[in-house]
Amino acid sequence: MILGIETSVDHVGVAVGDYRGIRAHSMLASDRRHAESLAPMIQFVLQQADATMADLSAIAVDVGPGLFTGMRVGIASAASLAWALELPVVPVCSLDALAMNAEWSDNVVAASLDARRGEVYWSLYRMRGVGVEPLRLTEPVVSSPEDMAVHLADRGEDITCVGTGFIRHAALFEDVPWAMMTGEPHAFPTAQKVVVLASHRIAADDTVQAGEITPMYLRAPDAEINWLTREAAQ
Amino acid sequence: MTSPVVNESTVVLAIETSCDETAASVVMGGNDILSSIVSSQIEIHARFGGVVPEVASRAHLEALIPVINAAITEAGIVPSRVDVVAATAGPGLIGALLVGVSAAKSLALVWDKPFVGVNHLEAHLYAGLLDDPTLQFPLVVLLVSGGHTMIIEMRGHGDYVIMGRTIDDAAGEAYDKVARYLQLGYPGGPAIDKLAPSGNPHAVEFPRAMMHDGLDVSFSGLKTSVINYVKKNPDVSNVDVAASFQAAVVDVLCAKTIRAAQKVGAKGIVLGGGVSANSLLRSEMTARGAAAGFTVALPSREMCTDNAAMIAAAAWHRLASDGPTSLSCGAYPNLKLDAVPR
Ligand SMILES: [Zn+2]
Repeated sequence: MILGIETSVDHVGVAVGDYRGIRAHSMLASDRRHAESLAPMIQFVLQQADATMADLSAIAVDVGPGLFTGMRVGIASAASLAWALELPVVPVCSLDALAMNAEWSDNVVAASLDARRGEVYWSLYRMRGVGVEPLRLTEPVVSSPEDMAVHLADRGEDITCVGTGFIRHAALFEDVPWAMMTGEPHAFPTAQKVVVLASHRIAADDTVQAGEITPMYLRAPDAEINWLTREAAQ
Repeated sequence: MTSPVVNESTVVLAIETSCDETAASVVMGGNDILSSIVSSQIEIHARFGGVVPEVASRAHLEALIPVINAAITEAGIVPSRVDVVAATAGPGLIGALLVGVSAAKSLALVWDKPFVGVNHLEAHLYAGLLDDPTLQFPLVVLLVSGGHTMIIEMRGHGDYVIMGRTIDDAAGEAYDKVARYLQLGYPGGPAIDKLAPSGNPHAVEFPRAMMHDGLDVSFSGLKTSVINYVKKNPDVSNVDVAASFQAAVVDVLCAKTIRAAQKVGAKGIVLGGGVSANSLLRSEMTARGAAAGFTVALPSREMCTDNAAMIAAAAWHRLASDGPTSLSCGAYPNLKLDAVPR
């Protein structure tokens, strides 16, 4: 069984399951109390699934892009669990999991999360059926929502838009005929989708060790940006 | 979770990630250090001239598993031998603390062992006792680092009174700022400590702020007078200024700590925190403390700076007195010395 952890957005989520489906899951609109909620939630979800740590075969975790602090709570926890249990880890991209919320769509799917400071994380997908890993058409990037909108319009086709990146900047997409907006309930990646995606990756033997999880920050720390700008100016 | 039994064979695995060192340690019975691994980020932060929280948090996450793994391996134990998992819960950088707290809670969950969230300041007090278990209470501890400057009376386990503290900059902060101004490098403490012996400590008589009122200290004015002096005397030797600055800092710290020890009839004076690795502070405190009739305990450099062995020692005592911490414990960036994480 796979334990899935989702902490890269405001919500905290935990799910256990495998390729046959989800056995138990829990979600908390936590107002960013990721660290406080995660361990008790893992305990609770395992209990609900009538499972123990010994039943787990892999740990899956959302590695971003998303909230830096939240991501790190999830990754530090996943890495420690996997290290102590000697299990493989499946790092899952938040946007991949988010795109799965539109797995019913025949259109190109744009998954976007609010990156704050007037920016969004986003990437494009082609769905391959319900419960099937989507095909990435573009790699995850961070940009202004305007740049994303231009890129999407240039494709000249209908696009199913999913995620907080679109909800936050809804005004930009209001009268655009190609943008098929999805609503609030589908706006976040969930631990259930993290588990589903991980089950495909495990089948393909695509896992890493506890110490090898790479967070997907997509944005350098401010100090580094300032330092590089200063160096470049000198 | 099994009920906590705290005795000489209790093995604590502790994780420390409050600032710029990723550390893990295995300690048995509260004072027998089986391993103490410290991965320092000093080089990562050097180009910024100070610890950058987001950079620190990223580096902690990267070092986490290798450091924990090394602590277990070097201790020569199997993970199932660990009885308690502890982590620094505060004070410190929130994003950095959360890495260690999340890891420790996960390990406690897997191994079904109690978790203890540790107060980093309290742990610094235990660093002295780890190095010298013969110390008797009451002790007066001078805790000086980049983030803290406090004179504390340690009356017993878990029983502390803050007698004096900085009203503005921490001592280490003053060192960093002065070193940056004089372009001596980062971190400022070791940079100035290395240069100062070749300078004249009496070249400039910098003010000793609040020398005669109470036990609080202030370093902001000293830093400003250093900067003003160098502005007015651009030809002055940086080495003399550094030596004179350091002489002023050490003079104030020694005088106030000894006065505190006299006030409470301390059985000893203990140094703690990164700045207590400073060689002038160590030699002056030893000489002046002895002259006043006090034994001065100088923990090793490894015990002065942030490490996880002191976290394990504090966890062992807290588990005995207060029991384990809840798994819904978070991180507390502004935790006070007398606060116990819940
Ligand atoms: Zn410290």
